[in-house]
Amino acid sequence: MMRFLLLFSRQGRLRLQKWFTPTPEREKKKIIRDMTTMVLARKPRSCNFLHWRDLKIVYKRYASLYFCLALEDQDNELLALEILHRYVELLDKYFGNVCELDIIFNFEKAYFILDEFLMGGEIQETSKQIVNRSIEASDMLQETMEEYMSKPAF
Amino acid sequence: LVPPPRLRELIRTIRTARTQAEEREMIQKECAAIRSSFREEDNTYRCRNVAKLLYMHMLGYPAHFGQLECLKLIASQKFTDKRIGYLGAMLLLDERQDVHLLMTNCIKNDLNHSTQYVQGLALCTLGCMGSSEMCRDLAGEVEKLLKTSNSYLRKKAALCAVHVIRKVPELMEMFLPATKNLLSEKNHGVLHTSVVLLTEMCERSPDMLSHFRKLVPQLVRILKNLIMSGYSPEHDVSGISDPFLQVRILRLLRILGRSDDDSSEAMNDILAQVATNTETSKNVGNAILYETVLTIMDIKSESGLRVLAINILGRFLLNNDKNIRYVALTSLLKTVQTDHNAVQRHRSTIVDCLKDLDVSIKRRAMELSFALVNGNNIRGMMKELLYFLDSCDPEFKADCASGVFLAAEKYAPSKRWHIDTIMRVLTTAGSYVRDDSVPNLIQLITNSVEMHAYTVQRLYKALLDDISQQPLVQVSSWCIGEYGDLLVSGQCEEEEPIQVTEDEVLDVLEGLLVSNLSTPVTRGYALTAIMKLSTRFSSVNRIKKVVSIYGSSIDVELQQRAVEYNALFKKYDHMRPALLERMPIMEKTATNGPTEIVQTNGETEPSVLDTKHPPPVTQPANQVRGVIISKYAGLHLCNLYIGIPPMTAYNKNGLKIEFTFERANPNPNIAVITIHASNSTEADMTDFVFQAAVPKTFQLQLLSPSSNVVPALNQGTVTQVIRVLNPQKQQLRMRIKLTYTHKGSPVQDLAEVNNFPPQSWQ
Repeated sequence: MMRFLLLFSRQGRLRLQKWFTPTPEREKKKIIRDMTTMVLARKPRSCNFLHWRDLKIVYKRYASLYFCLALEDQDNELLALEILHRYVELLDKYFGNVCELDIIFNFEKAYFILDEFLMGGEIQETSKQIVNRSIEASDMLQETMEEYMSKPAF
Repeated sequence: LVPPPRLRELIRTIRTARTQAEEREMIQKECAAIRSSFREEDNTYRCRNVAKLLYMHMLGYPAHFGQLECLKLIASQKFTDKRIGYLGAMLLLDERQDVHLLMTNCIKNDLNHSTQYVQGLALCTLGCMGSSEMCRDLAGEVEKLLKTSNSYLRKKAALCAVHVIRKVPELMEMFLPATKNLLSEKNHGVLHTSVVLLTEMCERSPDMLSHFRKLVPQLVRILKNLIMSGYSPEHDVSGISDPFLQVRILRLLRILGRSDDDSSEAMNDILAQVATNTETSKNVGNAILYETVLTIMDIKSESGLRVLAINILGRFLLNNDKNIRYVALTSLLKTVQTDHNAVQRHRSTIVDCLKDLDVSIKRRAMELSFALVNGNNIRGMMKELLYFLDSCDPEFKADCASGVFLAAEKYAPSKRWHIDTIMRVLTTAGSYVRDDSVPNLIQLITNSVEMHAYTVQRLYKALLDDISQQPLVQVSSWCIGEYGDLLVSGQCEEEEPIQVTEDEVLDVLEGLLVSNLSTPVTRGYALTAIMKLSTRFSSVNRIKKVVSIYGSSIDVELQQRAVEYNALFKKYDHMRPALLERMPIMEKTATNGPTEIVQTNGETEPSVLDTKHPPPVTQPANQVRGVIISKYAGLHLCNLYIGIPPMTAYNKNGLKIEFTFERANPNPNIAVITIHASNSTEADMTDFVFQAAVPKTFQLQLLSPSSNVVPALNQGTVTQVIRVLNPQKQQLRMRIKLTYTHKGSPVQDLAEVNNFPPQSWQ
């Protein structure tokens, strides 16, 4: 299973954190520090895999964001690159030409999309269309209820 | 009343902060406003406020005061509230907080909600962070949803079940019925998560594993359909249909086929098909190939298939893509033990990877190269590895040097080659060599008797060049001390003997003593080497002078050695030749690991002369050898005896008392016995008092003890001198009384000592 997924900028600012096992707050902070330090220190044309503690770290840079995924020993690193790519595609479809600012201003949406794609450290849905449709339907549910309640969207 | 700022407004505002302090101020202000809003139980804007709190949490600020608010949002009827509430719960809460249990009822209700997206939220939250108690309470609901026909919910329920099983393995049984027709699903999401669920169950329970073996044909069929089916827009990734599902199925097949001949045979064809037909131009194809190779290597595949798999890895090694090369090296490292010959065929490609620019690849290539070294390829491989050692980053040098030593020890084609290899490592990576290699190398050199002259000459020349690399300097010093006579006599056969005088050699060793580059340990080696040369060189006076100078060295170690060596010159000169004699050949231990050095204060083990005899049986060979080496390296001379062996007078409850003997005083009727008390238990023995009584014809004098605490775990000894006058030369007997405090309780014991060696009283 995947242990955690982090998104951070080139300056090391965290944009998303998903933890698939219970981790104390202090430990999370330490891991984030370690990951950002290690990944940002990598030379430009290095391979995308690192060893850290007993985990395999797979990272990939998309524009100004680093995507960093922690795997257990049995997990397939090459497939993990495809997982990261799939997540970026989902974000791209939803936001239309996604960029870091979209993730910053709509972080909750990034989480909602992630939660339709992965769950409990495993892949939940392998079809792009189904994930997109689920998100769109949930969004519509949100607005419908808001309209019904005649209250402003948050 | 002004509504609180919207989420995106706040984000925009915070991003205008130019300093950390400014940001902190803005956030504190907003947090204060949010806190009062929470206190006022404002329902309308709770969602907005929690969302803002989550943003600030991501920036690293505390948000625990929002935990209860998340629960309130989850309990709300509005979908927007629930969405943010569950997100907040997943980010701010975990099973460590008692608060999380309050979610259980909400989740239970939402699992039965009429809207599938609400059910989805509940399943997701439970499946991500549900504690064991929550899982126990809600497992039944999850099991129900696992049987629904709604594929959206079914796939989520399957992963939720996986989480439940991980948290509460005993609940696995209850999900068994629901797995009956999971694989008949057409929906890929359900298929994928079902395979994950089945994998989890098989990995955890041998019974489940046997039960699910019957699914192999079905899994093979599904995989075949994926490969053979035409283009499917919904699942296509670069021309491959649902690679995620393919990889997951391959992984489950691996588990089912492991140690089972029938299952392995049933999957043989499909594995061969995937291995040969998968498109390798893109990463996604290689991801599938990689998983296939892992499966082939792990099940009971026929040899042809295994060779196919290793060859795929060999091709991976030549791929332009670094990631694929890295993965190939990792996989080959896993299989090198079981399929050694197949991996050997790719040796030259692997060795080429040592020159790769990527650090991760270099490391893997190094590890794999060492695994491939054997008696046949040792010369060629060592050439490559030594070249690698020369040029690699410092982070590799220590491991590489250790690897070279191990490989050389195992497969050296000749002693000369072995010494040359060691020399090469010491001179090129000498400062990175691990400290524990030094005694190992010394032992090796000692045992290569015919190479002594050659070795000491080469090491001497290396010292002339460079005295900065401590391991090299230490080994060289030791050799010069040991074989200095061969050095000055110009006896080398292997190469042109050098002309060097005794004074030149002593110059070099003295130079080490004064150099700033030498560590205290190195200085110890140098001083001891100089001392040993006193029996090999004729310039004894010069050596005496050096030794006496260091008798007042500020370095306590050096000072002690010098004082003892002085004593050797002055009082025990007749023993000096015997003590400083050539080292005997040491037994080789079975392991290839470095020799353990037993650090002692020199008082509790057999004295120097005893090392000529076979080591006592009670001590493990490793430790004794370490004792020998440390004694020769340090040549701590304590408690010399002149032919009377030491004895164990008492050994009970972890307290051991040894007697050593001296008769180094004018009166032959007086035996000087030194007691050495050591403590092998975990707690110190304090208030330790040793008393002795002798028969009437004897007289006894007990001098002050060194201390009255015997430290735990043999970390030190208490010594005390007893003088026994025995004018009638009667057989020595003694009654001893021991008192001490151990773990808070007083201990007292009496014992008779009757096993005195005859020489001690005759």
